[in-house]
Amino acid sequence: MNPRILPYVLILPVTVFLCMFFLYPFVLVAQQAFSTETGFSLDNFREVVDYWRFPISLQNTLLLAAAVVPFQVGLALLMATMVNRMKRGRDMILYIWTIPLGISDLAAGIIWLAIFDQSGFLNSMMNGLGVIDQPVNLLSYQNPGMVFLAIALAEIWRATAIMLVILVAGIGLIPKEYYEAAEVFGASPWKRFSRITLPLLRPSLQTALVLRVILAFEIFAVVAALGGTLFPVLMGETYAYQFDLRNGGAAAAMALIILAISIGFTLIILRALRVPKGASI
Amino acid sequence: MTDTVAIDASADTRKWGKVLYVSTVVFLCAWVLVPIYFLLINTLSSPETVTSFPKPFWPEFDLASLTFFAGFDGMLSALKNSIIVAAMTMVMSIVIGAPAGYALSRFEFRGKGTFRLLILLTRAFPLPLLALPLAVLFIRTGLDDTAFGLALVHTTLAIPFSVLITFSLFSGIPIELEEAAWTLGCNRLTAFQKVVLPLILPGITASAIFAFVISWNEVFAAAVLTIENRTLTAFLLQNLNTSPLHLKFAGGFILVVPALIFIFAVRKYLFAMWGIANR
Repeated sequence: MNPRILPYVLILPVTVFLCMFFLYPFVLVAQQAFSTETGFSLDNFREVVDYWRFPISLQNTLLLAAAVVPFQVGLALLMATMVNRMKRGRDMILYIWTIPLGISDLAAGIIWLAIFDQSGFLNSMMNGLGVIDQPVNLLSYQNPGMVFLAIALAEIWRATAIMLVILVAGIGLIPKEYYEAAEVFGASPWKRFSRITLPLLRPSLQTALVLRVILAFEIFAVVAALGGTLFPVLMGETYAYQFDLRNGGAAAAMALIILAISIGFTLIILRALRVPKGASI
Repeated sequence: MTDTVAIDASADTRKWGKVLYVSTVVFLCAWVLVPIYFLLINTLSSPETVTSFPKPFWPEFDLASLTFFAGFDGMLSALKNSIIVAAMTMVMSIVIGAPAGYALSRFEFRGKGTFRLLILLTRAFPLPLLALPLAVLFIRTGLDDTAFGLALVHTTLAIPFSVLITFSLFSGIPIELEEAAWTLGCNRLTAFQKVVLPLILPGITASAIFAFVISWNEVFAAAVLTIENRTLTAFLLQNLNTSPLHLKFAGGFILVVPALIFIFAVRKYLFAMWGIANR
């Protein structure tokens, strides 16, 4: 076949597929959000924003992202640099640390339920230490802080792995000569990290942050497993509109709001961590 | 005199640094593994032990919870649905995605940069939300509540990864090998079949497994798009409020096991894939 046409033939299936199941649904969801029986209107948006659970679910989602994501960046950076200087057992340690990557958010929620539940292991441990003699119901409406902590821990536990993978791959791309040169000039490990690793890792950090922040706004199943209705989040409300209330227009409006927040934060991260032209490896 | 003291001190710091380093590694491994171990204990304990207090910290190897799980109405068919949807996603994402990966690695063509960027950008959207409009569309086309309809959405999730992984895999095979085959009388297709395909097959398998895991784990779209033919994640989510604890834990464990095996199988490719995606 003509080599000028062949690449286009090869990318055609993906293009058609994404147009049908990625672009087209976005058009549909926008249409659904902006229309009621009377035609174009903002009623769906007004309805979801005025609902009393909206401000609290927005606040919960943002707070959770603000608490979880920075912690994950730090933890993933620590793990990635530790793996990088590892000589023996590197593959084994990396496998263990990336296990949560394959675990679904629902399963992660259930795993942490096994710890925080009334008959869970945290209660048993506290009993073993003599702190309590009766099991305490940790995940109740009287303990909103504990519910938040359980969800945050489950998220950190589950989703740090994806950042770790991206950062380890990124560190692998940094030429070893830079470190050798730095060592010759007597740079301390901290200097090497802050002056070489961090700046050169910026593209990877960018990717990792964008992906993580977007996934953080999509948090749903972990919350459903651990907090139930105690801790409303945006995605959970969307699900409730679609399923419990059978209100497709409102669900679509919620979807667009989540999308707008995601795009907004993506742009902020891209801008804040932008790589100067010609400065990439 | 002062010299030896200084050397001692620096050796001391290095020793303590080493201890700190190793204990941090051990702590972080425990941080990942211990919660999974707790789930294992609960799964392998009888329903009474699961809700007891205080709990034992080792499994009693009682299969009552798992038997209850297997006997729970609708659970096994949900498990079957999960496997069917994930298998469909696996096949579709490779068949559709791999040609594009090959095109990206082998050809310079107008619009290549834009195409790559668009593929990456699809990851920057909350994709499960697509299930909402598709739910309406699928009812019109008769795809609602079918494994195939859900697999289409899951393929959208998996395709960016399958394109990028196959792109990096094909890039790892020198084009000279193909060129040599062409001079020996192969055309593009036979050269691909006889030279590239055997080399690429393990990597393609890894990418397929990754697609399987993505579909297997997905909750939101599965819960929105299926009603009668629920997948395991959707089924567990729907019954979270009503099901007893031991059922949740057994279900969670069944969700975790294939993920553990699959991540082990694809661990080598995880890093290659992100390395190329960032460049």
